[in-house]
Amino acid sequence: MKKTFVGLMAAAAALALTAPVQAQEKFKACWIYVGSIGDFGFSFQHDQGRLEVEKEFGDKVETAYLENVSEGPDAARSFERMARDGCKIIFGTSFGFMDAELEVAKKFPDVKFEHATGFKTSENMGVYNIRFYEGRYVSGQIAAKQSKAGVAGYIVSFPIPEVVMGINAFMLGAQSVNPDFKLKIVWINSWFDPGKEADAAKALFDQGADIIVQHTDSTAPLQIAQERGLHGFGQAADMAKFAPQAQLTAVVNNWGPYYVSRVKAAMDGTWKAENLWEGFKDNIIYMAPYTNVPDEVAKEAEATVEKIKGGWNPYTGPITKQDGSEWLKEGEVADDQTLLGMNFYVKGIDDKLPQ
Amino acid sequence: MDIWVSILLTIATAATPLLIAAIGELVAERAGVLNLGVEGMMIMGAVGGFGAGYLTGSPWIGVLAAIIIGVLFSLLFAFMTLTLATNQVATGLSLTILGLGLSGMLGTSFVGLPGQRLPNLDIPGLTSLPVVGRLLFGQDPIFYLSIALVIAVTWFLFRSRTGLTMRAIGDSHTSAHALGISVIGYRYLAVMFGGACAGLAGAHLSLVYTPQWVENMSAGRGWIALALVVFASWRPWRVLAGAYIFGAIWIGQLHVQAIDLSSFASSSWFIYQPIALIKSLPSQFLSSLPYLATIVVLVLISRNKRLTMMNTPASLAQPFVPER
Repeated sequence: MKKTFVGLMAAAAALALTAPVQAQEKFKACWIYVGSIGDFGFSFQHDQGRLEVEKEFGDKVETAYLENVSEGPDAARSFERMARDGCKIIFGTSFGFMDAELEVAKKFPDVKFEHATGFKTSENMGVYNIRFYEGRYVSGQIAAKQSKAGVAGYIVSFPIPEVVMGINAFMLGAQSVNPDFKLKIVWINSWFDPGKEADAAKALFDQGADIIVQHTDSTAPLQIAQERGLHGFGQAADMAKFAPQAQLTAVVNNWGPYYVSRVKAAMDGTWKAENLWEGFKDNIIYMAPYTNVPDEVAKEAEATVEKIKGGWNPYTGPITKQDGSEWLKEGEVADDQTLLGMNFYVKGIDDKLPQ
Repeated sequence: MDIWVSILLTIATAATPLLIAAIGELVAERAGVLNLGVEGMMIMGAVGGFGAGYLTGSPWIGVLAAIIIGVLFSLLFAFMTLTLATNQVATGLSLTILGLGLSGMLGTSFVGLPGQRLPNLDIPGLTSLPVVGRLLFGQDPIFYLSIALVIAVTWFLFRSRTGLTMRAIGDSHTSAHALGISVIGYRYLAVMFGGACAGLAGAHLSLVYTPQWVENMSAGRGWIALALVVFASWRPWRVLAGAYIFGAIWIGQLHVQAIDLSSFASSSWFIYQPIALIKSLPSQFLSSLPYLATIVVLVLISRNKRLTMMNTPASLAQPFVPER
């Protein structure tokens, strides 16, 4: 009641000063990014999703974002500022925002919070994540078909379950084509360092790999592949224009449709805090156009995507762990809990997982 | 043999930006100015170099622009600390923060554009020589420039009169002032040289190392350069050694991770065991190894206390206000 009154007053004041305003007030949706929107990787893709929301709802929605917000307790300030600024729904797009976001969510029960890649939820805070591993399985199949040496190089950041899950899925995909496929893994302990990523790519190529995969965010490894006349996969975004002759495909994070649906739900009043982990089926990831591969390889890759969309999980047994012990029996499917806490390699990976 | 050539080339590429930025900072510090803004000047050079290269289509103009931007940016620092006598540490830090932010803003429209690469040297007949050809005659032009800079700066600081004056200013600005030397003037030049070098190092990043522009692409290399200067106790050749030790271990640890141990099974114990040992270390430790090893080696080189004291610019980071 009070709110309507204040609204009327504001409208009256506005009327008195300017031309008539629209009766319907804009719905405000806000994003908080860990990196800059210019990283051309993770935060960039989130911001593309925000732009899609703007495009979808036009005048009805107002968006805002904060970039380069550091993870940890300090992030609470940014969430609080957004909530006070009239944001109705706030997307925190990095794992490390989790506790700060939860704390602020408690203070603002009327605001809806969404947190990417985390695991803590509340009445008004939901969680969303992508099954990136589905795309990596497809990449693995393509790599095994395209590699002449039968060796791929994998550049990785930190030994967290997300990353390990990706390595294993890639290897399983490759083994489904070539059981003797080899994977060389280099940890660079950084999400983003173009120079170091380039160095790692050079080292892997020098050591005999002819295809490069990365779980780091810059386009540098692909550029090295291009220079050497070899191939690789884009990360998070379609990076073909950086390496038109080198990129085979990319696993593209497509947050747009998700953001549109959640903002819509929040506007309709049907929003509920959920814990969503979506994949190909929900179109939250897709494979970038297959380039520099023969048609039949592209077709087979597409068939795998369809199979996964149909409900098949790349983590379906029989799968053996690196140490030779059995993990999944024939036909058994890994449960999400195990995947989200994955801290072991599958058989055939010649690397020691840093703990 | 090819793999060794390739490794050496990669090491040179990794070491070059560190070496150039460090040599520039060395001159500034020898004149008594501590400029913690190396990272900021470097990233400004990177964005300027990429931008000018992209817009004109010539990476050479990019290099030139990067140097000019580095100088202009260092002038800001020089004006604050030398003319206005502000605190050098605080001003340098703000220069880095400003550079990181400003470059991000200026570079917004360059994100996602494929850039120009500075072509490698190619001398007919020489570059195609086996092994030494590519190492000596086939690298990028900035690599040769970096080696030339070390030689030139060594000569300048220890053999030329102007260099001697500059070092005197770094050791005691009041005495130099009393002798009628323009302390502020020399320091302006030293800081500008540092800025030019940092800008050039930035150009190497965005035009050679990884020909593209992305925010924050210097990724802390300016800080490594700063540390190199101190641990090399302000000696140009030690800076060179430090940059290459750092580069070698930086690249070496990546190779060790990628290496296939079983292919060494038939090698002698002395080759197999060390590789197996390093391979068994956690990658987090390997990543910190370049920093650790460089510090250890340079500290060992500089263990002679008296000599180190002699090389340390005595009035480093002290603001100078001429008395009238």
